[in-house]
Formats: sequence, C-alpha cells, structure tokens
Amino acid sequence: MSDFTRNGFNGRVQPSLLERGEVVREPFAPVQRVLHWAMAVCILAMLFIGVGMVSTARPISLGLVDVHRPLGILILLLVVVRLAVRARRGTPALPRDLPAGVKLGATLSHWLLYAAMISMPIIGWGMVSAAGLPVVMWGGFQLPPILPHSDALHAVLWDAHRIIAYLLFALILLHVSAALMHALIRRDGVFEAMAGGRPPV
Amino acid sequence: MAAGNVVRGGAVIGAVLAVLVAAFAWAGGWLSGDRLSPERFITALKPPGGFGYGDRRNHAKGVCVTGTFTADGAATAVSHASLFRPGTYPLIGRFSLGSADPAASDSATRVRGFGFDITGPGGEEWRSANIDVPFFPVATPDAFLQLLQASGSKDPGAIGQVAAAHPELKAFGGWAKSAPWTASFAEEQYNGIDAFVATDAAGSRHFVRWSLLPAATAQQVTPDALKAKGPDFLDRELESRLASGPLHWRMVLTEAAPGDQTADPSQAWPAGRPTVAAGTITLTAGQDNVAGPCRDVNFDPTILPSGLATGDDPFPAARSAVYAVSYNRRTAQEASGQATGGHDTGRNAQ
Ligand code: HEM
Ligand code: HEM
Ligand code: HEM
Repeated sequence: MSDFTRNGFNGRVQPSLLERGEVVREPFAPVQRVLHWAMAVCILAMLFIGVGMVSTARPISLGLVDVHRPLGILILLLVVVRLAVRARRGTPALPRDLPAGVKLGATLSHWLLYAAMISMPIIGWGMVSAAGLPVVMWGGFQLPPILPHSDALHAVLWDAHRIIAYLLFALILLHVSAALMHALIRRDGVFEAMAGGRPPV
Repeated sequence: MAAGNVVRGGAVIGAVLAVLVAAFAWAGGWLSGDRLSPERFITALKPPGGFGYGDRRNHAKGVCVTGTFTADGAATAVSHASLFRPGTYPLIGRFSLGSADPAASDSATRVRGFGFDITGPGGEEWRSANIDVPFFPVATPDAFLQLLQASGSKDPGAIGQVAAAHPELKAFGGWAKSAPWTASFAEEQYNGIDAFVATDAAGSRHFVRWSLLPAATAQQVTPDALKAKGPDFLDRELESRLASGPLHWRMVLTEAAPGDQTADPSQAWPAGRPTVAAGTITLTAGQDNVAGPCRDVNFDPTILPSGLATGDDPFPAARSAVYAVSYNRRTAQEASGQATGGHDTGRNAQ
C-alpha cells in the first residue's frame, strides 16, 4: 500500500481495490491527464512546425512561424500550471516490481522532459529578443524582450534551441517507446494511469 | 510476460517509432533535396571570393544611418498601422550595394539598396529592404534561385537558358543598361517592389507597394565618370552630405487597381494608380557598417506593424527565410570573434 501512495499521491482509489487487483494502479488526476495529452500534442506539433518552418522559403514558412511563437509561449504557461498541479496532487508510484534502475530512468527522463518543456520556450523567446526582433504573439500584440539585442547571446541561444529541440525529440521517442512497452508488453497499468482504462489481461 | 506480447508489442513500438521519425524527417525536408530551402539561396549567392566573415550574404557592403520617419497621417486612409498616425518615430537604416561580395565596387554595382527599421508607438516595428530598381528581375523565388545559380555557374550558356525560360528578365537587362547612374545614395529612389496588404480602420484591404522619393535631385553621371571615383566613394559622399544637413525622402504608397496582379514583383503597375504620401524619412547621421547600429539588424520585410501584412506575393516569405539564415550565420561569426569587418579579409564563410 505504502508504495502506491508514495510521492504524496493522496489516493483517490480505495486501497482495497488496488489490493484486489481491480485497479492495477492509481491513475493520474484527470486534470493531469488532460494537461499531459494536450501538451503532448502541442509539443510534437512544435517540433514538426519548427523543423518545417526553417526548411522552406515558401509562403507557408511565415504561417508556421506565426503559430510557432504563440504556441511555444502557451506551452510555457501550461507547464507552469502542470507543475503546480503536480506539486499538489503528486504522481502515482510506479509498480513495485519495476527494477530500481528503470524507475530511476523513468524519473530522470520525466524531469528532463519538464526541463525541455520549460527551457525551450524561454530560449526561443530569448533568442528572438537577442536578435532584436519583436516577439510577436498575434496581430499587434507582442511580448517584451527578455534579453538585450546581442550577437553573442543570439548565437548561443540559436544553437541551444536547435540542439535541445533534437534532444527533446529523441527523448520523446524513448518516452513513447517506454509508454507502449508498459501498455503492450508489461501491461502493468502504467500506461493506463495516464491514458485511462485498464490494462488488458 | 508472454512471448507473443513481446513480439507483437515490439513490432507496434518499432512501427510507431518508424512513423514518427519518418514524419519528422519529411517535415524537416531531409527526405528529398528538392525543397526550396533558404540554404539553397545562400549557397547560390556565394561570390567567387567567398562571403566575408560576419557579413551579410547579400548586400554585404553598406553603411549605417539613423534618423526618423515623420508620418503625415494621410496613409491612415489605407492602413490603420500605428506608425502612419501623425508623429515622428525613430528609424535605423542601411544603404547597401546589391552584391554578395563585401568588396564590390561602388562604381560598378548596378543595384543600390536602402533598408529601414521604424519603431512606432508601443514598440511596433516596420522593417523593409528596398532597391533602386523599379521591379524585380524575375517573377518567382524559384526563378530567382535559378538566376543566382546560373550567375555563379561556369557554363556560359546558363544565364541564356534562364533568360529564355523567364522572359521577364529582359526588362531588368534593359533597366541595367539604360537607367541613369548617380554618384550618391542620397539621389536614388528606393522601391519596395513587393506588394503588401494594407488594412484600413474600417477593415477594408488595399494592395500597396511603396517607394521612397529623394528630396535631392538626381545628377546623372556617366559610367566612366563613376569609374574615375574608384571603388569606395559612396560612403564618403553620404557622410559629407550628412555633415551639411539632414537628407529626406518622401514615402509614397501606391494602391493597386482592381485587376492589377499582386503576386509578381517583376511586373510594375501601370502609371496613374492612386498614391498616398505616408510621410517623410529624415536621415541625420551615418555610421560604419560594422560598428554602427544597423549591423545587427535583419531588415526582414515581413516584420510589419498591425495594419500591414503580406499578401499573395511569394517573395516576402522567401526573403524572410533567407535573411534569417544569413542573419544566423553572420551573427554566429560575429559572436565567435571570426568577424573581420569584412572588406576582403577572412573570406570563405559558408
Ligand atoms: C516547446 C517550445 C518550443 C519547441 C519544441 C520549439 C522547437 C523548435 C524547432 C524544432 C525549431 C527548428 C530548429 C532547426 O531545425 O533549426 C525551432 C526554431 C525556432 N524557434 Fe522554436 N520551439 C519552441 C518555442 C519557441 C518559442 C516560444 C519561440 C519564440 C517566441 C521560438 C522561436 C523559434 C525561432 C525564431 C526559430 C527559428 C530559428 C532559426 O532561425 O533557425 N521557439 N523551434
Ligand atoms: C510529446 C510529448 C510528451 C511529453 C513532453 C510527455 C511528458 C511526460 C511527463 C513529463 C510525464 C511524467 C508525468 C509526471 O510524473 O509528472 C509523462 C508521463 C507519461 N506519459 Fe508522456 N509525454 C509525451 C508524450 C506521450 C505519449 C505520446 C505517450 C504515449 C504513447 C505518453 C505516455 C505517458 C505515460 C503512460 C505516462 C505516465 C508515466 C508514469 O506513470 O509515471 N506520453 N509524460
Ligand atoms: C528571393 C529573393 C531574395 C533573396 C534570396 C534575397 C537575399 C538577400 C540576403 C541573403 C540579404 C542579406 C540579409 C541579412 O543578412 O540581413 C539581403 C539583403 C537585402 N535585400 Fe534581398 N533578397 C531577395 C529579394 C530582394 C528584393 C525583392 C529586394 C528589394 C525590394 C531586396 C533588397 C535587399 C536589400 C536592400 C538588402 C540589404 C538590407 C540590409 O541593408 O541589411 N532583396 N537579400
């Protein structure tokens, strides 16, 4: 029991249900699940939009850039909300039989994902600021620059934005593989804690 | 954990990863070499001597200027942009030669440019890069890429092939041969060439192009007289003018008539279209190309105030993408200390 309520997760599932195996694992709170999936869609979209918009000189590149900036800032707002919710609601503990190394890997990779979700939009905002370009959100509304106009800062942030974007994509591939491994192979309820439903037997 | 689950699950995971990676590669344009990428323009622009470290990948040679834009308010009839409301707003500008070669000769480079960055009330910006040619040599960015590639090609017939496929190029050839030369940046008219969409306060859309008409009278000079001035006189000439007083241009917006094409900057609109004088550009000081405030400005023509927007002309988007790559590379070189200030040393940058 104690394993299931670790991390300050204030059990919404009766321990007896868990013990009888009717619920394999406590789910994330609904708001956490909505945030996770909404942000997953936004972040994957941002990665595709990002590499797409810099790949072409066709008019579509402008439309993609116009979506890229505000969607990135939306992700920054959402991740702040998400971490606040997480601090209050906690997370369900991972299954007891998961090897310690795997648990560590899961925890570490989740923190890296959060680090990328926070840093990417801030770096993007900073990069546009350092280029001396207006940080346009939509027609007529722009954010203030967060950094001075500077070649040196721009060069560093431009590299960082690209490199972290590619690392984030690689990390997401790993994350999706792990999630599907839980869903299809281990069938231990880890996937369902985020996706809803119950693992197939 | 049944073996069947492992095999089936593994296959699904593999398939999902393959789809994600393939889709990402497609989005990034890495699956085929035929995307119109901004890098292809930069490669094609590279002059025989290479780019100067830290220099712009086109219009490399130039000079910074500062001043103001004073709006009369008349242009509010076509655009609700805040910087068309009566007022005086700060401007950073740059005069340049239309060549990727940082050592291009002032007396032999046909195209001259002027970029401006006006900061309106509330910090909204309008950036624009304009040239003294009244129309663009070719109709599409694809054709321009072909033209750049042909210009850099060793095949003597390459330009002829592009000209045959793009007859609009003839008009540019005619202009280059017959347009009068002047010995001053201050005596040129600079044209925005691309068509943009202005939206007025009532929400009506107007297709516009703009020109900057010099207050200074153009003194025609012969190519031989220019040559006698040597390769570097335009900066000094500008400096001496600024030393004796500010320089002015009238900014005039021209509105398309119904039926005028708006997607092809190689076609000038017929004379007699309605115009509105938006205001006056006043330049008061000049600065060095490398030490001046224009160095780190990307005069990206899609940085527009609300009330001006891109329309169906494909060039502004293409320019935005290419100028960004140029900017990224030159600022990275500036930052790494490789920049030499450009004139003929430290060449060969990508
Ligand atoms: C979660 C947030 C974000 C993600 C995942 C993301 C992802 C990306 C990716 C993948 C690229 C293409 C990199 C390349 O291949 O060169 C890119 C480029 C870019 N991003 Fe973002 N981005 C994010 C947020 C932002 C924000 C908030 C801004 C600005 C406000 C921004 C501005 C830019 C710009 C200007 C570029 C083009 C850089 C260039 O000129 O090469 N990004 N981004
Ligand atoms: C595309 C971007 C994605 C990001 C940035 C992301 C991020 C995260 C993060 C940070 C967590 C940890 C939650 C926490 O402990 O607070 C998490 C959990 C989870 N994610 Fe994702 N995710 C993404 C996509 C996906 C996808 C596509 C799937 C499924 C195929 C998925 C399945 C899961 C599952 C099952 C969990 C729960 C893990 C656990 O119980 O600890 N995620 N995700
Ligand atoms: C697809 C077509 C075009 C390409 C690929 C192209 C390419 C470039 C590049 C790479 C730069 C350097 C940008 C920087 O590093 O800041 C530049 C600058 C410039 N371009 Fe273009 N250009 C195109 C069309 C035009 C047109 C239509 C005009 C005129 C209306 C124009 C006028 C200028 C001017 C004046 C500059 C210098 C701006 C400055 O001083 O920074 N270009 N161009």
